[in-house]
Amino acid sequence: MMHWLNMGGYWMFVWPSYVLTFLAVVLNVYLARRSLQVAKTEARRRAQAQGSGS
Amino acid sequence: MNWTWFHRFGSPPYFYRVAGKMIPWFAWLAAITAVAGLVGGLGLAPADYQQGEGYRIIFVHVPAAVLSTMAYSVMAVAAGVGLIWRMNVAHAVAASCAAVGAWFTLVALATGSLWGRPMWGTYWAWDPRLTSELVLLFLYLGYMGLRGAIDDTARADRASAVLALVGVINLPIIHYSVDWWNSLHQGHTVLKFGKASMPPSMLVPLLLMMLAFSFYFAAILLVRARGEVLRRERNARWISEAIGA
Amino acid sequence: MSNATPTAVSSARAGWLLVQRDLRLGLRRPGEWLQPLVFFLVVTTLFPLATDPQMSRLRDIAPGALWVAALLSSLLALELLFREDGQDGSLEQLAVSGLPLSWLLLAKTCVHWLMTGLPLVLAAPLVATALGAPYAAIPGILAALLLGSVALSLIGAVGAGLTLGLRRGGVLLALLVLPLAVPVLIFGARATALAIALEPMAAPMYLLGAIVVLSATLAPLAAAAAVRISLE
Repeated sequence: MMHWLNMGGYWMFVWPSYVLTFLAVVLNVYLARRSLQVAKTEARRRAQAQGSGS
Repeated sequence: MNWTWFHRFGSPPYFYRVAGKMIPWFAWLAAITAVAGLVGGLGLAPADYQQGEGYRIIFVHVPAAVLSTMAYSVMAVAAGVGLIWRMNVAHAVAASCAAVGAWFTLVALATGSLWGRPMWGTYWAWDPRLTSELVLLFLYLGYMGLRGAIDDTARADRASAVLALVGVINLPIIHYSVDWWNSLHQGHTVLKFGKASMPPSMLVPLLLMMLAFSFYFAAILLVRARGEVLRRERNARWISEAIGA
Repeated sequence: MSNATPTAVSSARAGWLLVQRDLRLGLRRPGEWLQPLVFFLVVTTLFPLATDPQMSRLRDIAPGALWVAALLSSLLALELLFREDGQDGSLEQLAVSGLPLSWLLLAKTCVHWLMTGLPLVLAAPLVATALGAPYAAIPGILAALLLGSVALSLIGAVGAGLTLGLRRGGVLLALLVLPLAVPVLIFGARATALAIALEPMAAPMYLLGAIVVLSATLAPLAAAAAVRISLE
């Protein structure tokens, strides 16, 4: 296990690459979901405003 | 050739509904291929005879770079469709590409630079691929800047679509010119991973990771595009049914 | 007779009239059009000051200095391309004239190049000599800058069209145009470096020529689309 984590001495470069990519993957999931959520909230607010206005 | 699917996808309510159903599929496919690719790439694939274990960065670097260029192409195609057929859904898709593409351009740059340190002895070399990737990042930033500078969504859609099309025509020229420029200044730094020279034990995990990133991109793209469709269709009646308000 | 307006002109004639009008307008305000040239001269003066005034050293950075300065000064000049006509509504008149807008914009871009690009090309021998280029290199440098500045004007027209009427247009214009100008910069600087080294420069010149042809055919179309969108 330690041998694998060491990556032949390249662990300093291999693991940061994977961690960074993983973080970007998670971040983009978060950003995309938040963007959809914001749009939904906005649409809901608008629909209610229209409903009460008419 | 039956084109009804194309027109149906142009209808915002249909797109919103179908995209919502497709997202979990793409997400699961991405997860499964990513796990398989990671097991293959980090566990089963042998060490490279030249670069030792350090080459394993390829399994995230190359898929990120592929995603970054794929996102630009998808953006340009969607922009073209939106411009020609005045299709709002296509514009929504194009608008969703840029941020994801720019993030993964950054990832490709960062992982490339981390790969460069052990291989070239420096974090940054003017390697043609890294340089093209950097210019691609600037193209994304320009696209996002133009979108951000225009308040009216319809105008922003159409103006940025023109920019995306100009950019996609320029992209191969930029690639070529950067390659050409690098060949003059004798790039001893170029990473060579010829397809033929790569054994299947490395190639299969790499392809799996590329697939995983593509599915992931599709899922993220659809999530974002649903949001963009909602923003563009604010006053339509289908919205209140779709979001259950 | 009824479907043709009495003042209808052919596209060629309209283009020519537009060239004459823009030239006349431009010549009336030489200060505005000469600013990019002055900027070019100032920027190239900064390079020896910022590095090493030895001619042998300057010769190495001369191509880069020339091209970066040319790129920046053409960028500066782009703001003049559509701004005036966009503000006073003449651009809108061109758009609704029924004549092909891309053709008219090509005419405008040509005048723009004549007034901002050409002076820069003509000043280049002076600047190149000051940066240590041998006299024999002058024709080559002129040819490279001639092609390059045309390409930069054409590509820039698209960016100018897209940012027309935007509040923070200036920096955005740079962000849009500079990445697209990378190939011009690479081939142009390489051609200039070969010229200074007194070596054959055909290869980058052909590539530069290809970019000029491509941008002359496609850029006006994109610029016309961009201007129409901006005017909506």
